[in-house]
Amino acid sequence: MAPKFEIENLNAWFGAKQVLKNINMKIEEKSVTAIIGPSGCGKTTFIRCLNRMHELTPGARVSGKVLFDGVDIYGKGVDPVIIRRKIGMVFQKPNPFPMMSIYDNVAAGLKLNGVKDRKILDTVVRRSLELAGLWDEVKDDLKRSGASLSGGQQQRLCIARALAIEPEVLLMDEPCSALDPISTSKIELLIRQLAKDYTIVIVTHNIQQAARVSDYTAFFYLGELIEYGPTKQIFESPKNELTEKYITGEFG
Amino acid sequence: MRLDYYMIRVIKDRIALGLVFLSLLLALIPLFSIVYEVFLRGASAISIEFFTQPTPTVGEKGGGIANAIQGTLITIALASLIGVPIGLMSGIFLSEYSEHRLSRLVRFFNDVLNGIPSIIIGVFAYTLIVLSIGFSVTAAAFALAIIMIPIVSRTTEEAMKLVPLSIREAAIALGIPRWKTVTTVVLKGARKAIVTGILLGVARIAGESAPVLVTMGYWRWWFEGLDRPTANLALNVFIFGISPFENWIMLAWGSALVLIMLVLGINVFVKAYVWRGY
Ligand SMILES: Nc1ncnc2c1ncn2[C@@H]1O[C@H](COP(=O)(O)OP(=O)(O)O)[C@@H](O)[C@H]1O
Ligand SMILES: [Mg+2]
Repeated sequence: MAPKFEIENLNAWFGAKQVLKNINMKIEEKSVTAIIGPSGCGKTTFIRCLNRMHELTPGARVSGKVLFDGVDIYGKGVDPVIIRRKIGMVFQKPNPFPMMSIYDNVAAGLKLNGVKDRKILDTVVRRSLELAGLWDEVKDDLKRSGASLSGGQQQRLCIARALAIEPEVLLMDEPCSALDPISTSKIELLIRQLAKDYTIVIVTHNIQQAARVSDYTAFFYLGELIEYGPTKQIFESPKNELTEKYITGEFG
Repeated sequence: MRLDYYMIRVIKDRIALGLVFLSLLLALIPLFSIVYEVFLRGASAISIEFFTQPTPTVGEKGGGIANAIQGTLITIALASLIGVPIGLMSGIFLSEYSEHRLSRLVRFFNDVLNGIPSIIIGVFAYTLIVLSIGFSVTAAAFALAIIMIPIVSRTTEEAMKLVPLSIREAAIALGIPRWKTVTTVVLKGARKAIVTGILLGVARIAGESAPVLVTMGYWRWWFEGLDRPTANLALNVFIFGISPFENWIMLAWGSALVLIMLVLGINVFVKAYVWRGY
């Protein structure tokens, strides 16, 4: 199987401050890759480099290559808007559009990209909410404001919204950090199911979560990729001393 | 010892609070006395005729302000038609494209416009429009629009800036182009505050008299076209108020009452509109 992403010599800066240093890694298709590491080590920055969100911050800069299906997303003539339609993102804090209903939140990506056909929208909204495991909870009340849902439901709404435009990849930045344990386990289950059809990269602060949901784990420390491999191997026989210390909870 | 210190602070606190209340009272007394006086005197001017008849000529009995209400509404509508889109676009530009080279210039013009006395804006409209097409609704609306633009622009800018970054990022991550993110998601989030700003701008120009006087002059008949002057409530108050005829003075009070009710009505509507969604 060809890798979905091949990241070559990736560096990222905020102004003069370098936060990612020469990252090289391959991300496998239709698998879950967890990014772990202590706070501030560059996890968020890393996944924001994968859908060209990093450059939106004033003063932020990137160098290196990110090959997506073999094409460098930082190459000349590549439109970041198109890239972002193929690489969806779920944020740390649930961020549904506040003035929109549940339905409109999920349909937003299609509607704003010009899809008007009601039938298509209805189908996509339903399928996306089902995929996100939210359909049964909201199907009778799609007109309700998205902001009126609970935190866990809001996050699944955001997942549905991201899935609605049929991306190939889902980037998730600590999607459960603001949620209770029950919502967290729902989303973890969801991630496993989605991995059958999507490539998922999940940042997590929670080492057990990485162990539970991921196929591969990458350990970042101070902007560097310290160790990367199959999750089982990283957790059972880490090669690097830092990795071992981190997963045994000695620091972080 | 410590108690004394505490007592002194309590006394200081009381005195300060007392002074605050006193100044509040001082500020409110003139406001209430004006509103009270206008209601009292204006109410006696009100009749069916008052709302259906145009202004009377010298010596004529009765008459009303129907033409002034008509004229004011038309003038405000035209001014808003010009001022709102420009103010809106300028506000959106300032909030969303603040890194653009032109944004400093736009902000500078807004601040300058905001500070110019309305009579000067009237004179500006006079030289630009009255001198070519004559005293007219168009000239007055143009002047009022200029007064309105910085108000709408400022409130739009503030409202757009209050929409959190996370909402914009959510839209951008969905592959929605930036301008579309701005014109739909962000604008939607800021909608209430923007409508509030627009209505407050309308309320502001509804009561302007000086720029209307220099651009339209006083006109006592019905609306005849956008290239012609029309009657105006604020000018009624001014012209009738200083006239020697009792009948006219009464109409001035009546016009003032209608004007206050209009502005008050807009404010109440705004408050109700803003509160509804929360
Ligand atoms: N907008 C920003 N401006 C400047 N520095 C930032 C910004 N966002 C993050 N950083 C810095 O970049 C580093 C990496 O941050 P981040 O990628 O958010 O880490 P993590 O997600 O692993 O906690 C940190 O040192 C952080 O302080
Ligand atoms: Mg982070």
